[in-house]
Amino acid sequence: MREIHVSVIRDEVKRLFLEAAYVLPSDVKEGLIQGARDEASDLARSVLRTIAENSTVAAEGAFPLCQDCGMAVVFLDIGQDVRLAGGDLTSAVDEGVRRAYKEGYLRNSVVSDPVFERRNTGDNTPAVLHVRIVPGERVHITAAPKGFGSENMSAVAMLSPASGREGVIDFVVETVRLAGPNACPPVVVGVGVGSDFEGVAALAKRALLRPLGEPNLDERYADLEREILRRINALGIGAAGYGGTVTALSVHAEWAPTHIAGLPVAANICCHANRHVSATV
Amino acid sequence: MDSCGRISAPFSGAEASLLRAGDRVLLSGVVYTARDAAHKRMVEALREGQPLAVDLRGAVLFYAGPSPARPGNLVGSVGPTTSYRMDPYTPELLDAGLKGMIGKGERSDAVVTSMIKNGAVYFGAAGGIAALLARTVTSSKVLDYEDLGPEALRELVVRDMPLVVLIDAMGRDMYREGTARYRREG
Repeated sequence: MREIHVSVIRDEVKRLFLEAAYVLPSDVKEGLIQGARDEASDLARSVLRTIAENSTVAAEGAFPLCQDCGMAVVFLDIGQDVRLAGGDLTSAVDEGVRRAYKEGYLRNSVVSDPVFERRNTGDNTPAVLHVRIVPGERVHITAAPKGFGSENMSAVAMLSPASGREGVIDFVVETVRLAGPNACPPVVVGVGVGSDFEGVAALAKRALLRPLGEPNLDERYADLEREILRRINALGIGAAGYGGTVTALSVHAEWAPTHIAGLPVAANICCHANRHVSATV
Repeated sequence: MDSCGRISAPFSGAEASLLRAGDRVLLSGVVYTARDAAHKRMVEALREGQPLAVDLRGAVLFYAGPSPARPGNLVGSVGPTTSYRMDPYTPELLDAGLKGMIGKGERSDAVVTSMIKNGAVYFGAAGGIAALLARTVTSSKVLDYEDLGPEALRELVVRDMPLVVLIDAMGRDMYREGTARYRREG
């Protein structure tokens, strides 16, 4: 049994959110630069270059990548041979978020209750926390701040099994078409297929964490990803929605077994600020 | 890149009518940041006949909630939020004299109809270049609704903010034209 003090988790959460807010992952930046090479529209190409330039300015540390510094999504994979000591884990994660958003001059974008008061909590907590218990004695932490321009355009559908591959493709492409300029294209699309209602949304969210251009290991799903990407880029939306041939930088699909009666599918759209940073303690 | 026109805010309906969907412009002058909660409060005040902290005649609203300024900076990152959430409130603000809006994304038919009636323009700032846009801000102060934090009504003075005319005062929509040009079948 390995003991890890929750303050270690807290400090790592803080460090990861600070990095995520200012430093665009290198795979995303490379995707933007490649997109500028591929793009047919002059205006959209100039937008792609401007977005890449924005990430260079942000990395200097004074201005975050986007004014929407996101809702703080945290993935924890906790080894079952770890004993967490020194307090409540959820509070430690929230404290890490609180410190990152305060010390990093990041925008607080969370309101208390969603329907009535909608009062800003003032510290961007609570985090959205996804915990898995895994073998081993380490803790893997991923910080993935999520902007809501793109989150608002995401969708889940409970398809019929007869819908099959074409049904999955049509649903995801239609979700991106309806998102249009709202989701800040070029987007990255996380696709979940299978599991159940809440499980498919979590699969789609996790799919966003995969590095750009790294296909699913199952060739059938890798092919599905390529076909969805091709269809999305034929929509004509382009960077910032100004019209163009690069609407998505990458499509990542994750799948899980499902019920005999179902074919759940989720499309979690992320803007080009696909922010996620991980660490293991 | 094409050359850009220049416009200063506030501006008149006559000036707005010269802009065409697809034009790239550099905007200088005064803009007011207001997003969801500030819109709700402004329209509630108008309906009750209460005065606003901002004179809407000729004004430009920027749908944005900046990140906090670091010491020594005027503002943090600032970029457009998605505009459709402001649509339910927008016709009343246009009727009160609003002439320009900066945001991203499509607008409702009711907003476009009201823009044509009132001679107003909708500008787009590309989403996700907020660190660069922050550098166009030369002054910033909260005018009202400070309790809303990032959603406060804020006056920004900007210099050469790079924008695109998304919907002009005739109702022409640059998004639709741009997407149609690059759409390919299946």
